Amino acid sequence: MSAKPFAAVAPEQYEAAHVHQVYQQIASHFSATRFKPWPIVDRFLREMPTGSVGLDIGCGNGKYLNVNPNIYMVGSDRSSNLVQIAYDRKLIHDSFVADALDLPHPTGRFDFAISIAVIHHFSSPERRVASIKSIISALKPGPTGQGGKALIYVWALEQNNSRRGWDEGHSQDVFVPWVLSKQYIKAGSESVKKDSTLDAEANEEGKPQAKEVTYQRYYHLYRKGELEADVAAAGGYVLESGYEKDNWWVICGIVG
Amino acid sequence: MKVLTTNYITCAVKACKSSSAAFPLHFKDAELVQEELELNSDFIRNVLPRIEWPALVTTAVELGFTTLPSTKPAPEQLDEKMLQDLHTLLVETQVTEGKLVCGNCGHEYNIHQGIANFLLPNHLGINLPTPFV
Ligand SMILES: [Zn+2]
Repeated sequence: MSAKPFAAVAPEQYEAAHVHQVYQQIASHFSATRFKPWPIVDRFLREMPTGSVGLDIGCGNGKYLNVNPNIYMVGSDRSSNLVQIAYDRKLIHDSFVADALDLPHPTGRFDFAISIAVIHHFSSPERRVASIKSIISALKPGPTGQGGKALIYVWALEQNNSRRGWDEGHSQDVFVPWVLSKQYIKAGSESVKKDSTLDAEANEEGKPQAKEVTYQRYYHLYRKGELEADVAAAGGYVLESGYEKDNWWVICGIVG
Repeated sequence: MKVLTTNYITCAVKACKSSSAAFPLHFKDAELVQEELELNSDFIRNVLPRIEWPALVTTAVELGFTTLPSTKPAPEQLDEKMLQDLHTLLVETQVTEGKLVCGNCGHEYNIHQGIANFLLPNHLGINLPTPFV
């Protein structure tokens, strides 16, 4: 499904509806499907020297927060329900609720940052660049090899091997459904009531009862080269970049 | 929120980022718990050079830890006791309830059940259209 983020609604409001509220509702189910660290992210974190301090912007359930016990990571996410899951796992690291465009971090102090599958949820080019700027400005500035490093992952437009079938030429702004299965739907919650007409069956009292709820998340699918261009527009430089399993990634820094 | 984290936190308001009054944020009505974790001496030794020491002293005093030296310990001063004390303060001590207050704009960030919330008023109260199909 193609999404139209540039309609009459302000991007903040659009993302609140099509990103933030969705993750609040699907947090438990989403978290249950997110446990295996991606290899490149895993390696990036394990290679950090002992005592390094870094950020995980959009940490979700905190799956990357305990990869390396010799570093310290501060995770943040816009979804308080996901942060609650990360917190309840009693990790050696820390997590809190924050907006990626207004991070509560001093500039220039961090050895590293990761932001995995997050900035593709911003619905305008300006906000995507601003989110990268927000991340890299927290890094220690310095030329290649001397400053802090950020690893950023986004979903690719070029996914011709995936079941989704997107590829060059498809709209880059899409809705991606999340089917919330029954066991994760909180009884009597607002979500069930709102959606009960869409996908419901009658129970014995004749009241509609939701089987499952489909949420639509907004994504901007990055095309080849676009992530590198956004890093440059944010004032950063690219150290390494690549494609892995339907995602584009970069390791980048900021001269300062 | 762990004490080490507060050494890496300032006000989320952009205009405050460049103000020295915004760092560190100040604790108000803080409630603490200690969570026992295994000491990682190498980690403490290596994280120490990265810490903004005067800010840590300020935070520690606000939380009732008054024995921290006023200047950062040199590597040769890091004996077993000092490492353990730093470990206790930095990673075992958590603020579970309270507020973090910006000394520049006065904004207060809530910490509830261990989780701090740094969303600003403009992030909240947005009238949400339905996210459903
Ligand atoms: Zn402030």
